[in-house]
Amino acid sequence: MSSNTPNHASTLQAASGAVRRGNRKGRGGRLFAHTMLVAIGIAALLPFVWMLSTSLKTLQATTAYPPTFWPSPIQWHNYADVFRQEKANFLLWTRNTLVIEVLGVTGTTLSSAIVAYGFARLRFRGRNALFVLMLSTMMLPFPVTMVSLFSLFRWLGDHTGIAWLGTFKPLWVPAWFGSAFNIFLLRQFFMTIPTELSESARIDGCSEFGIFWRIILPLARPALAVVALFAFLAIWNDFLGPLVYLQRPEQFTLVLGLQNFQSKAGGTSWHLLMAASVLVILPAIMLFFVAQKTFIEGIATTGIKQ
Amino acid sequence: MARWHSETRAVLRGLAFLSPWLVGFFAFTLVPIALSLYYSFCDYSLLQPPLYKGLTNYHLLVHDNVFWKVLRNTAIYALMALPLGMLAALGVAMLLNVKIRGLAFYRTVIFLPSLVPTAASAMLWLWLFNAKLGLINVGLRAIGVTNPPGWLTDVRWSMPALVLMSFWGIGNTVIIYLAGLQDVPRELYEAASIDGASTVRKIWHVTLPSISPVIFFNLIMGIIGTLQVFATPYIMTGGGPARSTYFYTMYLYDNAFSYLKMGYASAMAWVQLLIVLVLTALAAWSSKKWVHYSGN
Repeated sequence: MSSNTPNHASTLQAASGAVRRGNRKGRGGRLFAHTMLVAIGIAALLPFVWMLSTSLKTLQATTAYPPTFWPSPIQWHNYADVFRQEKANFLLWTRNTLVIEVLGVTGTTLSSAIVAYGFARLRFRGRNALFVLMLSTMMLPFPVTMVSLFSLFRWLGDHTGIAWLGTFKPLWVPAWFGSAFNIFLLRQFFMTIPTELSESARIDGCSEFGIFWRIILPLARPALAVVALFAFLAIWNDFLGPLVYLQRPEQFTLVLGLQNFQSKAGGTSWHLLMAASVLVILPAIMLFFVAQKTFIEGIATTGIKQ
Repeated sequence: MARWHSETRAVLRGLAFLSPWLVGFFAFTLVPIALSLYYSFCDYSLLQPPLYKGLTNYHLLVHDNVFWKVLRNTAIYALMALPLGMLAALGVAMLLNVKIRGLAFYRTVIFLPSLVPTAASAMLWLWLFNAKLGLINVGLRAIGVTNPPGWLTDVRWSMPALVLMSFWGIGNTVIIYLAGLQDVPRELYEAASIDGASTVRKIWHVTLPSISPVIFFNLIMGIIGTLQVFATPYIMTGGGPARSTYFYTMYLYDNAFSYLKMGYASAMAWVQLLIVLVLTALAAWSSKKWVHYSGN
């Protein structure tokens, strides 16, 4: 099979590569770039700083005018107070989110990899037509299917005796059927793996699934990490899905809980609201710093090439 | 005969690997799309079975002022946020493409906001836009603006506020553009330099044509993304004041789950689907005229 698809690894390198390349501007250009980037950097960071500052203030300090930049006194227990709210169970909401995360991330990574293998490494009639069909579903906005999915899950609950609405199922079961974007991403990666590897395994009597499981998957670990990372963030971020499918506050995810908390306590307890927001943001930021390279490379790869 | 046999086996083996997606596509995409087409011709309140009403929903939609209002709001937001955001992202990416110290640091800082979950950034900007105590108005008063706008509570400023906020999250796009810029062959710049081209001319004649496929990709994704804007206005303004930030998906959601007009909402979903299809086709068609695909 000819491989005219771009090399995934080279794209990965390119992401950090241009830093070293492209010295075409003089000293004036560099000074200009520095000045602009510092200004933009401050604009990007200031909201974070303000959020942190507010999250450590006392209630009175949040309403003082003009507001002070440095909280005094620093009220660390705001963060503990977030978990002690009577009508906002952030601990439970964190647990709920993690349950959906584990089921959803595992499901989408595994199933997308299996499907991507079929698209990338097997030749059969109708494959390309199905691939185009799959790609076209990437453009489909969730709101388009939202209403009928809701009634479908309701129908399933009524006719099978197993409830879907008001459970986590609508949020993670579909993940086990592959997602177009992840399948596409993994297919691109699988195509860069030399076919000789599969051929020799096939001669040794390895089954097709065995080749996928024992040869391709271990080699694809970096790509699987990208998919898992993006899947994690997508679930962490998802607001509309939980809003539609979850009904009782005990089932809420973290972001839905945050909004629920805001609609009840917002406008008054800015210090607690900001502390809660920090707690929701923190895992995403921490994950980014742990896997920064995977992140940047993954985004760079997803944005270009086809 | 044997050949036919092996071909069938190849197809079956292929379909076996594709089966998770095939089943999922059928159950979670094809059936819902068909179902929503059917619902869109029905009166359907969830509590009673759908009742066929022909084109009534579409007829009502055309005469629904709120429908046109949300469509207009969505278009205005897209027209304000997309071109400006793309331009800003491209500019920042070009700055990051200059060989300078501390580049990784700048890149990280600029990317950071796009990691923030939508609900959390809504909370944060709700606070920043606060008319009296928000950092933005505090800053504006400090530089002498005596009567800064009420932002989210002001009909004229609520939409610009959301557009302004959207610029905070362009880090993602910046990274995509940066990767595109890094793929521009250096020889092109060198050749332009030999010809005596200025920096501006190099950007116009080398950089932009080279990365136009990336720009194009972002444009399509941006338009489709705008049609789905929901969480931010839902949390921050509830669509107000005076429906000035009421977006397409919000109205669809309200019809379905607040008013239980599932048929009407399904008609909106189908209109949305058609808009996405038309826009994608239009962008693909126009891309032939100005997108420059290099090499193969």
